[in-house]
Amino acid sequence: MNLTLHVWRQAGPSEAGRLVTYDAPDVSPEMSFLEMLDVVNERLIERGQEPIAFDHDCREGICGSCSLVINGVPHGPRRGTATCQLHMRTFSDGDHIWIEPFRARAFPIVRDLIVDRSAFDRIIQTGGFIGVSTGSAPDANAIPIPKAVADRSMDAAACIGCGACVAACPNASAMLFTAAKISHLGLLPQGRPERTKRALAMVQRMDLEHFGGCTNYGECHTACPKEIPLETIALLNRDYLKASLVSRD
Amino acid sequence: MKWLLRFYRSSVGKKILMAVTGLVWVVFVIEHMAGNLLALKSPEAINRYAAFLKTSDEVLWTFRIGLFVALVVHVDSMVKLTALNWTSRPARYAKVSYQAASPAARTMRWGGVFLLLWLVYHILHFTTGHLHPDFSHTDVFNNVSVAFQSGGKVASYAAAMVALAFHLYHGVWSMFQTAGANHPHVEKPRRWLATAIAILIPVGFLTVPFAIFFGIIG
Repeated sequence: MNLTLHVWRQAGPSEAGRLVTYDAPDVSPEMSFLEMLDVVNERLIERGQEPIAFDHDCREGICGSCSLVINGVPHGPRRGTATCQLHMRTFSDGDHIWIEPFRARAFPIVRDLIVDRSAFDRIIQTGGFIGVSTGSAPDANAIPIPKAVADRSMDAAACIGCGACVAACPNASAMLFTAAKISHLGLLPQGRPERTKRALAMVQRMDLEHFGGCTNYGECHTACPKEIPLETIALLNRDYLKASLVSRD
Repeated sequence: MKWLLRFYRSSVGKKILMAVTGLVWVVFVIEHMAGNLLALKSPEAINRYAAFLKTSDEVLWTFRIGLFVALVVHVDSMVKLTALNWTSRPARYAKVSYQAASPAARTMRWGGVFLLLWLVYHILHFTTGHLHPDFSHTDVFNNVSVAFQSGGKVASYAAAMVALAFHLYHGVWSMFQTAGANHPHVEKPRRWLATAIAILIPVGFLTVPFAIFFGIIG
């Protein structure tokens, strides 16, 4: 396959960026999207040019490191698939592909396609945890949890924190991410004690980080490589409303 | 009151306020539309109904002030959230590709601004009569039958009703989501309800202007 790439290049956080066009000849349909970029980068290095900087780690779709907005869609056109698991067979010979960084005020660009997603870490730090007694491991199944509840919690826990929801949202809202954490922890008995505090603290942090508000577009859920359900956002809203009314803080 | 301020300051709190105040107006437009349909029965029926609404100044103004407050809260939240949303995504993508957002969702803000401006016109037209050539405070039927002889008036009301249909289609669905009602039991019914309201209310409203314009009543 021969492709033409339009890639966002930006030397640093405060430098001006622009789209640069590269030819990508002889791309194998079996390559992953990141492997295709690796090959493009090797050619750039051979020619003495700066390689394209992009985030990646496990390349198995579970670490949440890879990003990229491909043809206007975070993680590219395949539903429920992270960029690292996207294969070039999804594209056709002669295609033009636009590759841009995740864009949000809360995700400043570090270089080229790399953005700083530590705003997510700060949201987690305010409420994405549960209090446990340390010591020996508790007996398995000591706390009964209905299968249906465990399943819903697990669906939310599948969030890998990649930030595609923010990148996809026209408001750069972090609601799906925050809602996934609130649902994942709040649905289980172990997460109940902090449920009220968690909803208030995480939403407050989300606003402080200057993520936008939710307008129920649904773009986040569509872009999510783990297909976190929109139902989690309703749960966040419910938890937040309840917490606002009952919290004594 | 600190808790209330915290609620109001948060993006989620403002969305919930928009949902609640939106619901107030949904209930109002249903009632307004149903009342208008009395014009199809007879001029006396709608005039009697209009007089009934004005029976008590206290009740009338309680409703008017309630609606006004709901509207102010709705618009205030919208302005603040829009400012937040626009500054949250300062740089645009070179390639934009919407995957899920419906045209109704994407026109929510500007459709809302249009409806607000149109509402001011509508009040000056049919409530105070400032923009009506032959206004009567008691003969409501005469007011509408004079106004809707004109094709331009009918078209402008039709345009507003298209905007209302879009606004309701996304708004009613969103109301459930924002209020936290996304149980599988309501998942499909809320879509049907939003669609039904978005179609029935504007169609109901437009029945009278079209009936007058085509000489079926009046």
